Amino acid sequence: MIERFQYDNRIVKNFLFITILWGVVGMLVGLIAALQLVVPALNFSEWTTFGRIRPLHTNAVIFAFVGNAIFAGAYYSLQRLLKTRMFSDVLSKIHFWGWQLIIVSAAITLPLGMTQGKEYAELEWPIDIAIALIWVVFGINMIGTILKRRERHLYVAIWFYIATWVTVAMLHIVNSISIPVDIGKSYSWYAGVQDALVQWWYGHNAVAFFLTTPFLGLMYYFLPKAANRPVYSYKLSIIHFWSLIFIYIWAGPHHLLYSALPEWAQSLGVVFSVMLIAPSWGGMLNGLLTLRGAWDRVREDPVLKFFVVAVTCYGMATLEGPLLSIKSINAIAHYTDWIVAHVHIGGIGWNGFMVFGMVYWLVPRLFGTKLYSVGLANAHFWLGTLGIIFYAVPLYFAGFFQSLMWQQFTPDGYLVYKNFLDTVLEIKYAYWLRAMGGSIYLIGVFIMVYNVVKTVKAGKLIANEDAEAAALEKLTKEPGGHWHTWIERRPIQMLVWSLVAVAIGGILEMVPTFLVKSNVPTISSVKPYTPLELHGRDIYVMEGCYTCHSQMIRPFRAETERYGEYSKAGEFVYDHPFQWGSKRTGPDLHRVGGKYPHSWHYYHMWDPTTMSPGSLMPAYPHLFENVLDTTTTRRKIEAMITLGVPYDTDFPARANADLMKQGQGIVDELRKAGVETTADRDIIALIAYLQRIGTDIKVAEAHSK
Amino acid sequence: MLKFIKHHMDTIVGIGIYPVLSFVIFFSIFCFALLYVWRARRTHIDHMAALPLADAPSPNGPQHHAE
Repeated sequence: MIERFQYDNRIVKNFLFITILWGVVGMLVGLIAALQLVVPALNFSEWTTFGRIRPLHTNAVIFAFVGNAIFAGAYYSLQRLLKTRMFSDVLSKIHFWGWQLIIVSAAITLPLGMTQGKEYAELEWPIDIAIALIWVVFGINMIGTILKRRERHLYVAIWFYIATWVTVAMLHIVNSISIPVDIGKSYSWYAGVQDALVQWWYGHNAVAFFLTTPFLGLMYYFLPKAANRPVYSYKLSIIHFWSLIFIYIWAGPHHLLYSALPEWAQSLGVVFSVMLIAPSWGGMLNGLLTLRGAWDRVREDPVLKFFVVAVTCYGMATLEGPLLSIKSINAIAHYTDWIVAHVHIGGIGWNGFMVFGMVYWLVPRLFGTKLYSVGLANAHFWLGTLGIIFYAVPLYFAGFFQSLMWQQFTPDGYLVYKNFLDTVLEIKYAYWLRAMGGSIYLIGVFIMVYNVVKTVKAGKLIANEDAEAAALEKLTKEPGGHWHTWIERRPIQMLVWSLVAVAIGGILEMVPTFLVKSNVPTISSVKPYTPLELHGRDIYVMEGCYTCHSQMIRPFRAETERYGEYSKAGEFVYDHPFQWGSKRTGPDLHRVGGKYPHSWHYYHMWDPTTMSPGSLMPAYPHLFENVLDTTTTRRKIEAMITLGVPYDTDFPARANADLMKQGQGIVDELRKAGVETTADRDIIALIAYLQRIGTDIKVAEAHSK
Repeated sequence: MLKFIKHHMDTIVGIGIYPVLSFVIFFSIFCFALLYVWRARRTHIDHMAALPLADAPSPNGPQHHAE
């Protein structure tokens, strides 16, 4: 029996247009951040310093640009692959508006400095809850659509969507668990090494299950569509799907090589990261080989051009990823701009170009017309490609050479570049070129916006597209076949099995680190932060210092020579959240405590160039004006006690007295250096924290001597 | 100071089971996928691969499906 129904194109259009809008916004913010690195004056105000702008950029491009693109592509392809309208128009609308509301709240709270201080998971707890709720709405809508489908079997793209949904839900919830202090502030449930492991288990799998698996799903739908031929090997897609989701979940620890993370977890991360190349390249080859015999069309069709470069970038990024996971290569690349280049090959190459190809393919179809200008689309393609090259190549050079500079010794055994800043100034040219590459890429995006506007004006939205398909007949008896055909017909079981697959990975990876106390050797001299230091640490987190400074000295001679004793797991047991960082635009800070007098930090935070001429760091004059909010002290200490930090039970009540005393001590010492200030300013708390970082083990050494 | 980063997990009884389990689970799933692909019917695979191209009801739709 043939049934008639309509596809919902309006929701696809909404998601697609908002993708373009947030894409422009997110990339513009990225460009501003890139320029701030070369012209510190562009940091403007308290709300727009690099440390706050950078999380805004990453969150905007990941969750707003790529996120909405996933929804646009999934809503279009789900309906057609399942031959049914979306489960509920209302849920579609809630999903759309809810997600945009989350993005807007992120765009407001991140510049205000409300952050959990964990990369790509910066958003504070109320927004985290909203994300979880909207994600569930998306899930219900997707599963509902699958359940009322008219096609018995689920195409491989849909498995990718299901795996994405399940895993992102799990990652987001586990990583975001925290203790709220107030509406805009919370402390991570985990501390130190555990927090680092959970964060990078999340962080890497955010790349895997937000930037990769949904886009592979889109590739498996839109590439065959655009090429008008089936995927090269459906069998390969099955093998690479299961291998990919199952290997990815283990790869997170490669972000923590040579850190204080236990060796066994590092090794596990390396092994699975290297294995990842097989399923990743399975996907890439499957995409490219789909075009076999159709390469002549790639010359003419901008959509295919975008897809080819996107898939090629995917291949390059996933070759580079496993290589970067090898410890000796990681030792060079980690903390440098090499990683930034690597990420952008994936971000603007794979994700960006997939989205653009999708836009050029979808917009004319949604509006029942032809693309306004193929010439402009081609211009966009070439500008985009040039932009990627100009963005990435200088940063590869910069990362590699800066790393070598960090490690260079004179024949007498001294560091050649004693001053970290000298190595930064050597690669400043690359930061300029990168900003130029980004601008070229963005110009291409503006051309696309113009092309889309013109196309839309020439056509009319087909809000509800007529379709017909045979109703799904009830299977009267269980047919033969084996487990995978069985699972393809059963989406719920599929969902459960995907969850089991990824959950086992996560659990096996983390349980030993969590349950066994002896896993993090305690250092008796490591004590909880004082209330003033805790406030200072919160300012450190709020200002996003971790976006440029690490707190993790690796056990290399070049690092211990430059920074001091390498970092130990036991030093971080009271760090909620951990602040190890992942990029050194400035030097590591784990042994900065006691390195300079208070007055040095005072002048340096007021204007970094007074202490380090040529410094690229923003100035923080607002820390000198803002009065420290001591009304939260008690709640903060209580939250820490809940998290297991051993303060005395009566300590919350007298915490502020302790805070005042320590603050006055710092002010007195500053006065000796000729600085007049009062103890109630943010800067005093920050100085207290900076002078404390990494000093606890020195106490132990002093005692043993 | 090396004692702080060496021998983290030595004290846990049977710690070796974790990496072994992780490999066994991955490897068996991989083998299942291989087995499926090896045993899959050509017609079924072709039907699956053609799904995105079949916006209109396909001539070999569900009712004529190989199974």
